[in-house]
Amino acid sequence: MKKALVVFIAVLFILPVALFAGGAKEQGAAASGGAEKFKVAFIYIGLPGDLGWTFEQDQGRKMIEEQLGDKVETTFVENVPEGPDASRIIRQYAQKGYNMIFATSFGYMDPMVEVAAEFPNVYFEHCSGYKTADNMATYFGRMYQARYLSGLVAGKAIGQGESIGYVAAFPIPEVVRGINAFTIGVRKVNPTATVKVVWTNTWYDPVKEREAAVALLDSGVKLIAQHQDTTEPQKAAQERGLVSVGYDSDMGKFVGDSVLVSPKWHWGSYFVKTVQDAINGTWKTHSYWGGLKDGVVQLSDFSPKVSQEVKDLVGAEQKKIIDGSWDVFWGPVKGQDGKVVVADGSKMADGDMLGMNFLVEGVVGSLGN
Amino acid sequence: MIALLASILAITLRAGTSLIYATIGEIYTERSGILNLGLEGMMLMGAVSAFATVYYTGSLLLALLVAMLTGIILSSIHAFLSITMRANQVVSGLSITLFGTGFASFLGQRLGPESNGHYLIGLIGNKFTPVKIPFLSDLPVLGALFNQDILTYIVYLIIPAAWFFMYKTRAGLNLRAVGESPQTADAMGINVFKVRYIYTILGGTLVALGGAHLSLSYAPGWTDNITGGRGWIVIALVIFSMWNPSRAIWGALLFGGINAIQFRLQATGTTISAPLLNMLPYIVTIVVLVLMTWVETMNKKVGAPAALAVPYMRGEK
Repeated sequence: MKKALVVFIAVLFILPVALFAGGAKEQGAAASGGAEKFKVAFIYIGLPGDLGWTFEQDQGRKMIEEQLGDKVETTFVENVPEGPDASRIIRQYAQKGYNMIFATSFGYMDPMVEVAAEFPNVYFEHCSGYKTADNMATYFGRMYQARYLSGLVAGKAIGQGESIGYVAAFPIPEVVRGINAFTIGVRKVNPTATVKVVWTNTWYDPVKEREAAVALLDSGVKLIAQHQDTTEPQKAAQERGLVSVGYDSDMGKFVGDSVLVSPKWHWGSYFVKTVQDAINGTWKTHSYWGGLKDGVVQLSDFSPKVSQEVKDLVGAEQKKIIDGSWDVFWGPVKGQDGKVVVADGSKMADGDMLGMNFLVEGVVGSLGN
Repeated sequence: MIALLASILAITLRAGTSLIYATIGEIYTERSGILNLGLEGMMLMGAVSAFATVYYTGSLLLALLVAMLTGIILSSIHAFLSITMRANQVVSGLSITLFGTGFASFLGQRLGPESNGHYLIGLIGNKFTPVKIPFLSDLPVLGALFNQDILTYIVYLIIPAAWFFMYKTRAGLNLRAVGESPQTADAMGINVFKVRYIYTILGGTLVALGGAHLSLSYAPGWTDNITGGRGWIVIALVIFSMWNPSRAIWGALLFGGINAIQFRLQATGTTISAPLLNMLPYIVTIVVLVLMTWVETMNKKVGAPAALAVPYMRGEK
């Protein structure tokens, strides 16, 4: 009797655990009917409602559905940890007959390479990595271009020579590029300003990211910028009556006018094109790295606190980048110690940008190496 | 320098508050002989239920009550399984963490208003704000102690009260007896089951309050996994404090303080490796933990309740 009760309670208890554990919840239409539909699956690191990284990937997924309509069917799975679990989930979708799988975080790269080799007829798209295969492409965006533009806004928003706090994620090239481009933008309009960097070694830890922002604010910075996917640093700045620059998505929508502008992702047009190519049979493996020109990276709308003069300046700089007459890491670029890294008149190659491991003049902080 | 010290002290206290609530709660639970590894899940459930309540009602008091109720429900499950059913406490606790983590995330995507796609993430609700105590808050450095939110002021009272209750009252003695030797306690006429139920549920209530402090004060709002593993840190802090409520404060402040200091060090542009600095709070906690356990073993008084995690059945030896 007692044993039966134990078993009953265990089942009662484990049932919801099995349903919700890990939060790996599947959504989307069941795979029934319309056998000729092109089926696309998305693997998310967080939640589509995170207001940041995954939110924008999900906006891209929705655009596929809007633009390709009946031809496609999409689904997603959220909160997938990077590592062995990821390969299990990617494999599961390949086995279920999905035609194309998007893995939207760096740590899914190796699991995806592994699964891609097992399923040569499935198309794989991986975000922000560097490994490709015949049936696996990689995609990312030149966020540094939008970061530079947001740096111009930030540099104009503080007094000459004042400092800005940058809550940084991990000391990897993607983040370093962002800090450098932002700082170049700041110093273009505010030559003696500095950008103080604090690393959290997190992508998503609301409490820690807030603590880092508060530490910067206590050290006297006048503006906060960030690289993580929570809005906490923005809120911390707002509570001090200061302004900030967002990231990932239009953070101003969630925090308020104190967010001057946010460099943001806009994946839709790329997603639609690559899915369309796969449907047409013209898909080839590639390493896509689009910029402002393609619209993969953008600036959000400006806060009402940004003056017309600044908007015009940003518009002019954006035009130069889009028409290719200038880019952020064209010489002269000076390192933290004042030495020239990219000489006047030369342009930094994509390969060097992808492996960037130095900080530019004006950054206060270190890469810890 | 004074401003820097004051700011470190202020953030340390704010960061430590939720840890202290949870640590004291868990100390009481473990002192009765029940190990609760469901802290992380209970803190998350406390945080999400508190924020959902404050968002819809605007009442902070009600939010605290709902969080406490959540803690009571979850810890009752754990109490029932581990005390009445004598299930493995580690398994029961871990499944509460698994359940709480997943369910809190689920609620965070379902309880929000339709205009926000039913998400709670990104919404702004009422929050506890610092209340200045006249005169005291003007003191140099120490003034930071008296410019905190109400939940932190309550901590100032809870710590001595928890210590006094445990060591200076009959009920506290009974509690410790049950955790050390339930057979003896039983023989003396103490109702072991009742005592264990009471303190497991009391502990769970405090743990959920710790979670509520995160979503109502420290990082107001709901974000997935807002605790960031603090539930596990608390389990280390309980050992760190040698199951003594008055020591809980040092562990929590050490952990919170080092975190605050390392970010401030970085902000000064130090060349010390950032990943190393990020690890500091964890490293120091572990090192101090090992040292303290070693010292206590030397003194032959390791604080772990002897009957911790051992189910009790009458008449068994």
